[in-house]
Amino acid sequence: MSEPPAASTPAAVPAVDPAVDPTVPAIDVVGLRKSFGAEEVLAGVDLAVGAGEVVCVIGASGSGKSTLLRCVNRLEEPTAGRIVIEGVDITDPDCDVDDVRRRIGMVFQQFNLFPHLSVLRNVTIAQEKVLGRSRAEAVDVAVRTLDRVGLAEKAGDFPARLSGGQQQRVAIARALAMDPDMMLFDEATSALDPELVGEVLAVMRTLAEEGMTMMVVTHEMGFARRVADRVVFLDGGVVCEQGPPDQVLGSPEQDRTRQFLRQVLERE
Amino acid sequence: MAAGSRRRRSQRIRVASYLLAGLVALALVLLVDWRTLQANFADAEIFAEQFPGIVTVAARNTVIYTVFAFLGGLAVGLGVALLRLSSIRPYRWFATIYIEVFRGLPALLTIILVGFAIPIALGVRFPTVLGLPTSGIIALALVAGAYMAETIRAGIEAVPRGQMEAARSLGMSHSRSMASIVVPQAFRIIIPPLTNELVLLLKDTALLAVLGTSTTTKELTKFARDGVNANFNGTPIVAAGLLYLVITVPLTRVVAQLEKRNRQAR
Ligand SMILES: Nc1ncnc2c1ncn2[C@@H]1O[C@H](COP(=O)(O)OP(=O)(O)OP(=O)(O)O)[C@@H](O)[C@H]1O
Ligand SMILES: [Mg+2]
Repeated sequence: MSEPPAASTPAAVPAVDPAVDPTVPAIDVVGLRKSFGAEEVLAGVDLAVGAGEVVCVIGASGSGKSTLLRCVNRLEEPTAGRIVIEGVDITDPDCDVDDVRRRIGMVFQQFNLFPHLSVLRNVTIAQEKVLGRSRAEAVDVAVRTLDRVGLAEKAGDFPARLSGGQQQRVAIARALAMDPDMMLFDEATSALDPELVGEVLAVMRTLAEEGMTMMVVTHEMGFARRVADRVVFLDGGVVCEQGPPDQVLGSPEQDRTRQFLRQVLERE
Repeated sequence: MAAGSRRRRSQRIRVASYLLAGLVALALVLLVDWRTLQANFADAEIFAEQFPGIVTVAARNTVIYTVFAFLGGLAVGLGVALLRLSSIRPYRWFATIYIEVFRGLPALLTIILVGFAIPIALGVRFPTVLGLPTSGIIALALVAGAYMAETIRAGIEAVPRGQMEAARSLGMSHSRSMASIVVPQAFRIIIPPLTNELVLLLKDTALLAVLGTSTTTKELTKFARDGVNANFNGTPIVAAGLLYLVITVPLTRVVAQLEKRNRQAR
């Protein structure tokens, strides 16, 4: 990191349970900058996601949507700015990243299931190694979680035997089994054949309805419109426009947003 | 017409090659003294005398030394590979130097270094554990470890980055993710080259002959060489050679099969 976080904070920010105190956002991104070499991908992003809120992030390819999401659980190191998760500044060098990550579930475009482990083991391994649950308890949770995504009967199979949609649902179950406070989805359906997209979106929608805090990078405008509480349009490394889905997708204020939506519609 | 003349030409070349092979075979039959050859390399009586010692002692020792050196090399190789991939620069330097040094030196030199030079310098002897020539096995493990480190590193790098990221995003630490997710996948990828390493190592145990050995610690090459000296005859070498092949040829076939399967799996 070339420069310290722009707005420095007292080291000890009290951790507040957002379920108790709804004024503390689940995710608070402040002045986030991220450069790869000379290329500045994020140029000061400010974005807060409330507890139980579903925020869809849209934007052109290369606009930094994945980078933003990956900064939120520090798979990428921010160049500057702060990211505060449930009141804890995770950009603080003293912060235990592993401890923060176990509260944030992440779902990847390429599923990233562990191919050498069975479906069941994919869902139990982190429960045991990270949360310290017993094998029996982890299996119990895994079976219940797999059932939630409709794949309880696939527990014994290896990932390679599943369809893309099934693999992604296992990946969602793997994250859910950790009892995360929030979930990040990075184009969870982009690598799927069109006929498999629906089953994954259905799982995500159910999750949203159950009150999960979700930050969803997606190209599925229909999903954003129906499920999101708020849509965020990322452009030029900053939040260009945000608001309720009907407004941002239906009658956007910014020219850039309109232009982007026109291009998306043409592609579909 | 061009195609026809080319076919005629290749046919002529083929006839000529067979003719040449026939002449060489004829020359061998006529010029080589087969009786002397057989007496010196395939003496039935001497051959029989090699057994069962050549199997129960020599081949057995060769296999035992190979297995221990391989396991040692695997441990060293994994450690050095992880240092090589470390984010801490001095660790990477150490690993690079280690790899370059032990791959760049003749294995025989390392064996002499560990087997003679270091014990002399320190005034100690490596204790023999379970009657094994520890110093020789350590030397072979050090050398094998340098080769395996590069193989293991390549294997780790071949595991998609998303695997580490998925593990980390579940809250696993870096080392936990390596141990549970990345390294197991890396080893699956590198089983064929590691088996190759095993074959090379098996042949390198022959170098341990330079360390003084007792009758119970002889491996195949030393056994054969002592047999040649005792009988003033080459037959023991042939016997040992056959035993080497009995072990190595199936192994190399296994490697070929594994590589074929790996290629098809992709
Ligand atoms: N590890 C990296 N090293 C260098 N450049 C990177 C890296 N990751 C991303 N980038 C660059 O940052 C920019 C934004 O990438 P990012 O993946 O965040 O975009 P995106 O909005 O997710 O695009 P897409 O819709 O195609 O997924 C791109 O120009 C990309 O080339
Ligand atoms: Mg992306």
